[in-house]
Amino acid sequence: MALTGLDIFKQLPKTNCKECGSPTCLAFAMAMANGKASLDMCPHASEAAKEFLGAATAPPVKTVKVGVGEQEVVMGDETVLFRHDKTFYHPTALAIQISDTLSGAELDAKIEKINGLVMDRVGQQVAIQMVAVTNCSKDAAKFKAAVEAVAAKAKFALLLAGDLAALEAAVPAVAAKKPLIHAATAENWEKVVALAKANNCPVVVKGNGLDDTAALVEKVAKEYKELVLDFGNTAQAKTLAEMVNARRLAIKKKFRPFGYPMLACTLATDAKEEVVEAATYVAKYASIICMKADEKHHLLPLMAWRMNVYTDPQKPMAVEGKVYEIGDVTPDCPVYVCTNFALTYFAVEGEVVGSKIPGYIVAVDTDGSSVLTGWASGKFVAEPIYEFVKNSGVMDKVNHNSIVIPGYVAIISGKLKEISSYNVIVGPQEAVGIPAFAKANYPQLMK
Amino acid sequence: MATNMLKERYSGKINTVTLGATKEQGGTRTSTVTVGGDSTMPFLHFEGDMPLKPVIAMEIEDIKPDWHPFLKEVYADVMDNPVAWAKKCVEFGADLIYIKLNGAHPDNGNKSPEECAKVVKDVLAAVGVPLIVVGCGEEEKDNAVLPVVAEAAAGENLLIGLAKQDSYKSVAAAAMVHKHKVLAQSPLDINICKQLNILISELGLAPENVIIDPATAALGYGIEYTYSILERGRLGALQGDKMLSQPVICQIGHEAWRAKEANALEADFPNWGDQGERAILWEAMTAAGLLQGGAHIMVLRHPEAVRLVKKNAEQLMIKPEI
Ligand code: B12
Ligand code: SF4
Repeated sequence: MALTGLDIFKQLPKTNCKECGSPTCLAFAMAMANGKASLDMCPHASEAAKEFLGAATAPPVKTVKVGVGEQEVVMGDETVLFRHDKTFYHPTALAIQISDTLSGAELDAKIEKINGLVMDRVGQQVAIQMVAVTNCSKDAAKFKAAVEAVAAKAKFALLLAGDLAALEAAVPAVAAKKPLIHAATAENWEKVVALAKANNCPVVVKGNGLDDTAALVEKVAKEYKELVLDFGNTAQAKTLAEMVNARRLAIKKKFRPFGYPMLACTLATDAKEEVVEAATYVAKYASIICMKADEKHHLLPLMAWRMNVYTDPQKPMAVEGKVYEIGDVTPDCPVYVCTNFALTYFAVEGEVVGSKIPGYIVAVDTDGSSVLTGWASGKFVAEPIYEFVKNSGVMDKVNHNSIVIPGYVAIISGKLKEISSYNVIVGPQEAVGIPAFAKANYPQLMK
Repeated sequence: MATNMLKERYSGKINTVTLGATKEQGGTRTSTVTVGGDSTMPFLHFEGDMPLKPVIAMEIEDIKPDWHPFLKEVYADVMDNPVAWAKKCVEFGADLIYIKLNGAHPDNGNKSPEECAKVVKDVLAAVGVPLIVVGCGEEEKDNAVLPVVAEAAAGENLLIGLAKQDSYKSVAAAAMVHKHKVLAQSPLDINICKQLNILISELGLAPENVIIDPATAALGYGIEYTYSILERGRLGALQGDKMLSQPVICQIGHEAWRAKEANALEADFPNWGDQGERAILWEAMTAAGLLQGGAHIMVLRHPEAVRLVKKNAEQLMIKPEI
């Protein structure tokens, strides 16, 4: 629970030495309570104060990082239970499994396939974040060999899942990559945690359900705090309930044992069923989903769901309202009119690019509303569209008088024609129709 | 039960609503569908009841629609015959049939209200599951068609719509007289959703006769707005707001199948992989996401998406020991 300035003041030296930059210890305490100062700014704070205040003012879910450099994955540091309360910050990382029973060319092919799991949609790159090497062979030497091969070639951070012997063999060899170690259990935790600590790697603490995992984390956290939780998925609804309880306790009660990122492994064996199952864990709090599916057509829908859940509801996703030139435009090129909602703009942009016919896109400033939302709220109707197109100057750049509007607002074409005297062409409803539309209407511009 | 838990205490719950009526109940259905009754956020069996599993309605139209090629492939032999189409959907596992009377639209043949009523009667005669009937979307026409349909199907306990903020009276009144339930749609706005429920209840139709669609957006195309409205509405209901306590229907198929990811050919987008699997998952993922928000009835199109979503809902309904 949040501490008051007075609670904090009690822990300070009360010497008013000003070295923290505040005039008094009390002023410093108040600033800390408001999140405007942190204890490390006071050089005289006692160890006891650090322990007490550190725990109480720490974020409810610890930030844990896996991987290094461009492969680094940041997890945790979430502050709300529902995205509408603020936003979620660190999107669920997808970890795709590779079994250490593979070797040689087979292993290389699998790594290459996984490296390819990077796609583009609506102007953003989406990708998996981790490769999970699993010790299915039960052979430590094989595991080490597979891990080294993967570490050498994979473009993503590593998750290493094996028993103690396998982990002891493999982790030191790739420690520089800061892999996530899976897992410390009731039986082996002392040694696995020591291994993680020695190699400066984060480690998954795997228990059996809520109480068992909490008890285990309490022991582990005395030694090491770079942790990720795994409740041991045995049933989808069970894991959902466990992750919801853990996150609630972490955020509402600052219950430390659950104040870490969480990992869930999928249960389904069919790839489509697996990604549908994973939708549940994306919605409810998993920082990592460890799964087997490795086809783009299966993962793209899951990545879109993740992208959507982690969209910040506080800021409209908008692009600048202006004229965009797509390709080597000439005065003959078509003028497409859309809104400045990012999704709308990128949908249209992608298709204009795909049509291979250069064109101008006027993204009318609708405060980031989509076509129909903008229409319904009066921001994407005849007058404002005309004003915007006129002021944008786009019609001075072309040698014709035509603009193409989205099919969903066909209803405004008459009015728009009347006030603007432009030749208003009603385009297709969906942006996917643009390439065919462009080919039919501007064949002479095709490259 | 684990001790490290945090159960929320709620005072309200979602209404329980039954669709369809058997012979004894004044209709001709061989099965009925009951949804709602939840006193917890979705699938959190540890803190409240979630007595009834979410259900699937499969969508058909009274005239042959220009649907996605994959859907045309599945329904090629039945798309111009709503009776055969409905039967096929029941074989695919539909808990309900959702029929859109598109043929009533002035641009689509302008079927008379009586012709529309006949289609509904024929489908009722052909299948035993309950029906959801929606108009063509042209307000004036719907106001003429829906009351006639409601009368022709009196006693069948249809779900009939759409009732919207500025056109709810004729459909709500017809539902009241002929004992049907109303599908109330609002445009992604929790206040309008609530307001519409208030307006309908002021007409004299009890809140227990309404199912709401707070507007469905597809995966990748605004689903997060729908998801958050669902969560906010559900929290409101659990905190005792009677005007948000209606079960939720999401009209998913229509939205998901027009997404680019369902339509882009593999040849044009090799980096998106197989189009067939991707398109089906676009529909199934939209449903899986909205299921986590609290959807009760999901309107779907493809049988494989139906299978996937049913299976997911079943898994989520298994009460765990925690
Ligand atoms: C998400 C959403 C919202 C979000 C806003 C999202 C945003 N940034 O705009 C919120 C919740 C805020 C919202 C609010 C409202 N909404 Co709204 N909303 C939607 C929803 C679910 C999805 C819209 C969306 O994001 N689509 C995705 C984008 C990419 O689509 P798009 O812009 O149309 O672009 C596509 C095509 O048009 C085409 N295209 C675009 N530009 C161009 C250009 C050319 C040249 C061509 C050829 C093609 C083309 O390409 C794109 C991809 O195919 C729709 C319903 C639905 N399922 O579609 C309702 C909907 C648009 N909303 C509606 C309404 C009424 C409203 C409100 C007025 C309700 C209210 N509260 O009073 C408010 C207005 C708010 C305001 N004052 O600004 C109605 C519109 C009414 C109508 N058509 O009859 C809809 C249709 C819902 C409904 N069924 O009632 N909404
Ligand atoms: S540095 Fe520490 S002891 Fe000195 S005034 Fe600031 S809070 Fe007080």
